[in-house]
Amino acid sequence: MTRPVTAEPAVFPAEADGPDDADLSLMLMIRAFELKLLDLFGRGLLNGTTHTCLGQEYIPVAMEALLDPGDHVFSNHRGHGHYLARFRDPAGLLAEIMGREGAVCAGVGGSQHIRRDRFLSTGVQGESLPVAAGVALHLKRAEPGRLACVYIGDGTFGEGAVYEAFNIASLWALPLLVVVENNGIAQSTPTSRHLAGSIAGRAAAFGIDHHLVESSDVTEIRRTLDPLVSRVRSRSTPLVVEFVTRRLGPHSKGDDTRPAPAVQALREQDWYARCAAACSGRFPRLDAEARAHIDAVAAEVTARGPSRWEGTRWEGP
Amino acid sequence: MRVAENLNAALAALLAREPNLYLLGEDVVDPYGGAFKITRGLSTGFPDRVLSTPISENAVTGLAAGLALSGDLAIVEIMFGDFAALAFDQLLNFASKSVSMYGSRLPMRMVVRCPVGGGRGYGPTHSQSPQKHFVGIPNLALYELSPFHDNLAVFEEMFARAEPCVFFEDKVLYTRRMGAVEPPFSVEVSGGVARVSLGGPPDCVVIAPGGVAHRALAAMRSLLVEEEIAGTLLVPSRLYPFDLPDVFDADVRAARRVFVVEESTAGGTWGAEVAHVVHRRHWGRLALPVTLIHSLGGVIPTAAHLERAALVNESTIHSAIRETIRG
Ligand SMILES: Cc1ncc(C[n+]2csc(CCOP(=O)(O)OP(=O)(O)O)c2C)c(N)n1
Repeated sequence: MTRPVTAEPAVFPAEADGPDDADLSLMLMIRAFELKLLDLFGRGLLNGTTHTCLGQEYIPVAMEALLDPGDHVFSNHRGHGHYLARFRDPAGLLAEIMGREGAVCAGVGGSQHIRRDRFLSTGVQGESLPVAAGVALHLKRAEPGRLACVYIGDGTFGEGAVYEAFNIASLWALPLLVVVENNGIAQSTPTSRHLAGSIAGRAAAFGIDHHLVESSDVTEIRRTLDPLVSRVRSRSTPLVVEFVTRRLGPHSKGDDTRPAPAVQALREQDWYARCAAACSGRFPRLDAEARAHIDAVAAEVTARGPSRWEGTRWEGP
Repeated sequence: MRVAENLNAALAALLAREPNLYLLGEDVVDPYGGAFKITRGLSTGFPDRVLSTPISENAVTGLAAGLALSGDLAIVEIMFGDFAALAFDQLLNFASKSVSMYGSRLPMRMVVRCPVGGGRGYGPTHSQSPQKHFVGIPNLALYELSPFHDNLAVFEEMFARAEPCVFFEDKVLYTRRMGAVEPPFSVEVSGGVARVSLGGPPDCVVIAPGGVAHRALAAMRSLLVEEEIAGTLLVPSRLYPFDLPDVFDADVRAARRVFVVEESTAGGTWGAEVAHVVHRRHWGRLALPVTLIHSLGGVIPTAAHLERAALVNESTIHSAIRETIRG
């Protein structure tokens, strides 16, 4: 979806009975993709590691509608949803994760090192914030009205680079949109054990606006955030949007040490359950379509040959 | 016993014995027990000294230096050695310097543990062998996990130095067995160096750190069977400062050909440091300069087939040695 760079107020109709078909299908596609990855891992068909965004799918789906393809998106280790919401390209992403032909980055980067157009992810926590600020500095002069959006988790607030970037972004009034996916946990460490104070307090310390989103209703989220994101563009000023969200799956694969009832409680708050109830008429059909789509993509990608890359040569001895 | 169990047992023994030893790292407490499960059980036994930290490698390494400054002992686990880059300033500019920059010797008992290396499909930022970036820093000693060195003794030695140490742990070793070599090879350890040999005078000497020792040994086995090239493998526990004790002079004199294998990319490597030491000691006796064997230049790809092609392995070691010796 392309949005004009000048901030015209957008119209986001109320979500009386759940998200519209397009949004719901995208969320379901991301869910099906992530479940498929865990399934492929379980069957020994995937190599390496992966971090699924199960439970957090609605965040990039809500955000992408507020972004322009000319905006930059910086993603992190838990980035499949960010990529899929932007490009709707499950085959390219799966090929990347499986090292097959048609991989977005030739199979070199894998799950957490992806670059395509103005989308980039990398696997070292906190590193991308200053980089995104640098891109925002560029945009401010070269493409006013555009912004750099960077997704980070709550745990990444442990890294000093986050604060160095906050300070500079605020001082220099950079169009930096920080989307915090606060899922209450970093790998195995609950937020209460790794974060003193609050994310809001940290933003405030640097004079950066902070907005807390507790809803998982994409229409409502967009309606609230639209004027705030427009201000990032028109005034060139950083903004922190903190989503209170849930990680339903393991950190990577099979490494969830949370007690089962705690995870079950999170499942009950999941957008999936809420939408299934709210859109009972069309939900089963759209969900079945999303799963069938991903099944077909997985079968097709799995049958492809290995990706090719000419990047390194044996130089010795 | 698996290497991971030996390491875990060493950490437990040290925590039990040293009431002022702390262990700090991301997700190290139970039930998770660290990303590679090396600290499993330790926080249950020592809850006030085994602490899960925020994702703050720089600060945590600084904290370890503060503990060391106060006379305590500290072990830091960096989840992936790649992120030791974030701890580099504390190691280079504070912890190591503090040992001598205040005019008298200040003991700094701290060890930074770094799981390193590829082969697990974790991709370019989670698979590197960053040893070379730490070589040559005064008062910073480097050690590497090895299947031939008992970890309790290695940690005792590191703390006895009273200067900061970095301990590199090749992830592929964790699930391997301690000490095992199959006939006709046999292993003995002296002066901190494990020597894996055939008994008679070797045709070549291969020096490799613990993480690539198995690959080097597999190459030596195939070289013996296919080419009748007999090799002696030397696996030092301490990488830097590097020293080749006198007992190995006979091997070098007999072989006159020395190879160093390391998983890092070429350029400014630990192997180059080893070669320099060997050249100074044995220059006139060598048939040719020391040969360095590395991984390919470039990043370590994620996809299994690309990663395999990039990393030094049994067959790249085999062909490098065969081509050098047979021409
Ligand atoms: C510098 C650095 N340290 C440690 C890690 C290992 N690691 C990867 S994800 C992660 C937890 C991140 O937690 P959070 O930011 O809350 O994101 P979430 O995983 O919950 O999405 C850790 C410790 C890393 N990738 N980079």
